[in-house]
Amino acid sequence: MDIWQYSNGIVGGTIIGLAATLLLLLNGRVLGISGIAANIITGHSYSRKYSISFVCGLLIAGWTTFKIVPAALADSPVTDIKVLALAGLLVGVGTRLGNGCTSGHGVCGLSRFSKRSLVATIVFMSTAITTVYLTRQIWELG
Amino acid sequence: MKIKFLSYFTIGIVFGVGLILSGMTQPLKVLGFLDIFGSWDPTLAFVMGSAVITTTIGYKLILRRTSPLLENNFFMPTASTLDTKLVLGASMFGIGWGLVGFCPGPALTAVSSLTTGTVTFVLAMFAGFWLVGLVK
Repeated sequence: MDIWQYSNGIVGGTIIGLAATLLLLLNGRVLGISGIAANIITGHSYSRKYSISFVCGLLIAGWTTFKIVPAALADSPVTDIKVLALAGLLVGVGTRLGNGCTSGHGVCGLSRFSKRSLVATIVFMSTAITTVYLTRQIWELG
Repeated sequence: MKIKFLSYFTIGIVFGVGLILSGMTQPLKVLGFLDIFGSWDPTLAFVMGSAVITTTIGYKLILRRTSPLLENNFFMPTASTLDTKLVLGASMFGIGWGLVGFCPGPALTAVSSLTTGTVTFVLAMFAGFWLVGLVK
């Protein structure tokens, strides 16, 4: 079972890398989804309609999968609306202040050997691991 | 013009399929990966690893070109200084990610299920983008 999961992970990760490669090859841009999504409302970086079409692609992929294999798109085990809202806000503000998330810093940034992205990735992995340790191991919240 | 629109849309689909196959759209699995002091699930390390390897090779090959196929030039990030904003932002992002197990890409894919939880998270995330946009 583990081998199956790991191989799915490798296939999925390779496809994520392929998407990042295609965006650079075709449009000359780094695939940072927080930047792409934020550009829908700020329009600071480039034409909004490109960001919108990218996110529509994500939604179509998600919606189609959800119709066929609902379990592939799961809810968070955390169901408290206040916590979900707080987490969303932290992710929104944090990724804009830090200029990137798991895709922009974690995948694309590391792939072009960016020092900023390496630091960002180490920092967000550490705070995420610490948060999970505190909420799941110490306070046993979920 | 139309081809650019189509390229963003198609790459969005490819990215979404990758996120779904890799298990990133299942927050419990993501939390299991971050839970290194509990029952650690290393799957996402394979996801990150293979994504970085593929992208590193792809970027190396593409950046030999003078321009991408649909634009006149590349738009690579130019910032190189390590500042407080980067560290503060990344810290906040990590805390939010660790609280519920969603980062932006998987959240935007999973929100198509239209459940209260995913919609709440995504709306709050956009509120965050908007707030920082105001200041910038």
